[in-house]
Amino acid sequence: MYPEYLTESLNAVERTRPARLEKALSGQPVFPPMNEKERRDVLTKYHPDFAAGSKRPIRIGPNRGEELTTEVAEMLEAHSMIEPKLMDIHLREPDYETDLLIIGGGGAGCWAAIQAARNGVKSMVATKLRMGDANTMMSEGGMQAAVSRSDSPTRHYLDAMGGGHFENVPELVRVLTEDGPDVVRDLENLGVVWDKMDNGDMQVLHGGGTSRKRMVSCRDLIGATIMRTLMDEVKNHPDMINTREFEPAVELILDDKGQCAGAVLYSLDTEQFLTVKAKSVIITTGGYGRLHIRGFATTNHYGATGDGLVMAYRAGAKLAFMDSVQYHPTGAVFPEQIAGFLVTEKIRGAGGQPLNKDGELFVFPREPRDIESAAIIRECSPDRDMGIDTFAGRMGVWLDSPIIDLIHGAGYTRHQFPGICRQFDRFGIDIAKQPMLIYPSLHYQNGGIAINERCETSIPGLYVAGEASGGVHGRNRLMGNSVLDYNVFGRRAGQYASEYSKSVTLGKINVNHVTAHAEELVREGIDTDLVSPLILPSYTPEDVKIQQMARLGNIPARHSMLRSRFSPGERKTHL
Amino acid sequence: MQKTDHKSIHGSGKRQRVRTNMVNVFIMGKRHVVPEHATIMRAIEHAGHQIIRGAGCREGFCGACGTLYRLPGDYKLHTGLACTTLVQEGMVLAQIPYVPMQKAVYDLEKLTPDAGTIEKVYPVTFRCVACGTCSKACPQGLPVMDYIQAAMRGDIATVADIAFDCVACGLCALRCPAEIIQHEVGILCKRLTGRYLRKESRELDERLGEIRSRKFDAEYDELMAMDKKVLTKLYYDRDIEP
Ligand SMILES: Cc1cc2nc3c(=O)[nH]c(=O)nc-3n(C[C@H](O)[C@H](O)[C@H](O)COP(=O)(O)OP(=O)(O)OC[C@H]3O[C@@H](n4cnc5c(N)ncnc54)[C@H](O)[C@@H]3O)c2cc1C
Ligand code: FES
Repeated sequence: MYPEYLTESLNAVERTRPARLEKALSGQPVFPPMNEKERRDVLTKYHPDFAAGSKRPIRIGPNRGEELTTEVAEMLEAHSMIEPKLMDIHLREPDYETDLLIIGGGGAGCWAAIQAARNGVKSMVATKLRMGDANTMMSEGGMQAAVSRSDSPTRHYLDAMGGGHFENVPELVRVLTEDGPDVVRDLENLGVVWDKMDNGDMQVLHGGGTSRKRMVSCRDLIGATIMRTLMDEVKNHPDMINTREFEPAVELILDDKGQCAGAVLYSLDTEQFLTVKAKSVIITTGGYGRLHIRGFATTNHYGATGDGLVMAYRAGAKLAFMDSVQYHPTGAVFPEQIAGFLVTEKIRGAGGQPLNKDGELFVFPREPRDIESAAIIRECSPDRDMGIDTFAGRMGVWLDSPIIDLIHGAGYTRHQFPGICRQFDRFGIDIAKQPMLIYPSLHYQNGGIAINERCETSIPGLYVAGEASGGVHGRNRLMGNSVLDYNVFGRRAGQYASEYSKSVTLGKINVNHVTAHAEELVREGIDTDLVSPLILPSYTPEDVKIQQMARLGNIPARHSMLRSRFSPGERKTHL
Repeated sequence: MQKTDHKSIHGSGKRQRVRTNMVNVFIMGKRHVVPEHATIMRAIEHAGHQIIRGAGCREGFCGACGTLYRLPGDYKLHTGLACTTLVQEGMVLAQIPYVPMQKAVYDLEKLTPDAGTIEKVYPVTFRCVACGTCSKACPQGLPVMDYIQAAMRGDIATVADIAFDCVACGLCALRCPAEIIQHEVGILCKRLTGRYLRKESRELDERLGEIRSRKFDAEYDELMAMDKKVLTKLYYDRDIEP
């Protein structure tokens, strides 16, 4: 239920609705779409990527000198969690040995394990939380795949390239689009319950930037449906796939020939560092929403802290397109409990309208994601001050959803958006009767670790797939292409890495690159108290955090709880 | 109730200020004062805990955050998801870090979509006494017992339909007096449905045939070699299906 102080603004929305509905039904644009100059203007003035301080040059590593998103640069220029000297014994006698180590148990990671098993190679999946605690679990809308007769993989290619402003790596987009239909069949054979027509053909819908209907779906829970199917299959092969939960990787291990040869894991249960020697490694650690770039709320899961970027970068892998961040225009800001919750683009596709506190439209509802987000931020900025204050410390604008039933007929909203309805029902808001309060939410890591179509990186034996990788989407990912991404490239990574494992021989393993990283920080005069990867964000109130960091000799880190329980006196170490 | 001032980070649509009402909650028996509009998850964090086991998606999809709680003057043991349940004055709560359950290991290719399979893979399902405890425990409000009954009848598609929104938090299984593993039965039935009970797409068969016969190679080669200007023009000129 909305608090009383919003009544006046809610009434304004009701008051303006009949006129807005009339316009919507007239077939005219409900608000004039922006021209090229207006777009450029709003983007450069209000899109977070263009804000002062949003990017800065990175001072170390393979991308040295390039502008990266500031929070990413900070995280890359942080200290390692491990002291390399103390790792020696565990490198001589690794805690685990495996043919293939997969870091991250989301969609891409599970696919890699399944495909490696099909190829006869045993693997180990080390993941941060539980299997499937991942962005993959959360996707609602759908996956693009050129399955219908009126469509073709090459059309899908053209749409994806256009969406990414023609900066995407062509070879990656080709396999993305060409493997798509086979992924649909493979998933169905594993038991995914697709939305289908009576004759068995796939039900397809439009998404932002598609020229043919090619969004396949599982009601509004495609993520949970695919994720649970893949996890279940992984668990059906205990002889081939060894899973380790609550053991995130914190550094890679290399050998003396410069090949990737495993990783150091950090047990969240016992706070031990464990070494894994592996013939090849696949990073499938997903995105970075929980870095809360520029203070934004996020749609991402708890463990989305971009760890893979850090590990790979320290080991010498190159990053691509790490200067652009995708903000979804419509994240919930009220109630506070679901701040950041994704309100799918489909709502605006069905006629939903963003409105300011006077109930007036201020932007065409279906501008591209970056433009729409920037326009909402402008409306709430001091320049206009037409946003709505939630009094829980957030600003937002209305997203008028009741207009949808007036356009399409009663019951449409409940039928088409059961997941979103359920989420708001919990808090006494019926979105078919009342609008939602929304603001752009940090959604997707457009770039990542550079890969080729075999998922190889610049380091032999290191593979990357899914949201952690960069190049597939250029600087702007289209809806439905990231679910396809982790399926296509997760499967490919499993195939190519397992093949590689069959022939490679490893030399002596080490973490010398971690020492080199520490030296580089000193050489560049970088003074930081950050330790990365972050593993988990801390939502501890500041005053409590200060008390937690009072421990003698502790390195103050953002994830203080994770480090503050170490007391040198009690444990025998070489410190 | 107490009042407190909150300061939050500036920028990104967040404003400073705001007075919040506070309530008392008892996290594993210990009293903490937390904002009244907090979810259980935010309350635990507000108290200074770093959640390790007990949070995943934080939005009601993954089932990592199953929680048991009691309310003052109420004899009942309630179940809920920490990420979507609000705290209340006097709530006594504990998260469930892990639910020991055995997922059966099976080969989907060797199963058939019928009651016989349920009997073989999850025989304990047939101990159901139809008490309805599972349905009461479900934080998603699903009629869990109805799908267990459907599973016993071999109505696999109905199980898949009812269990579609299950987050597999395991709270039903934890409360079940017959020790059934409801959510795993749901997952099994969904996979059986997807694999065996749907018509295959002829259209998709054709497309896969085209890809296998390398029908699109020439077009891909042409597009990939294309000058950016030409490609851009092609893109903006393409026709869009209504
Ligand atoms: C709310 C939401 C809705 C979305 N909707 C759509 C949609 O409709 N269509 C679409 O195409 N895309 C959508 N996306 C995007 C898409 O779901 C993701 O990009 C995709 O699932 C990423 O898959 P992944 O396997 O690469 O990463 P993830 O699924 O995030 O998996 C990464 C895994 O790695 C683990 N991990 C992280 N760090 C470490 C470490 N250091 N060591 C070990 N393990 C680690 C994580 O815990 C996690 O389990 C959505 C995303 C969100 C958040
Ligand atoms: S944390 Fe995923 S359901 Fe609560």
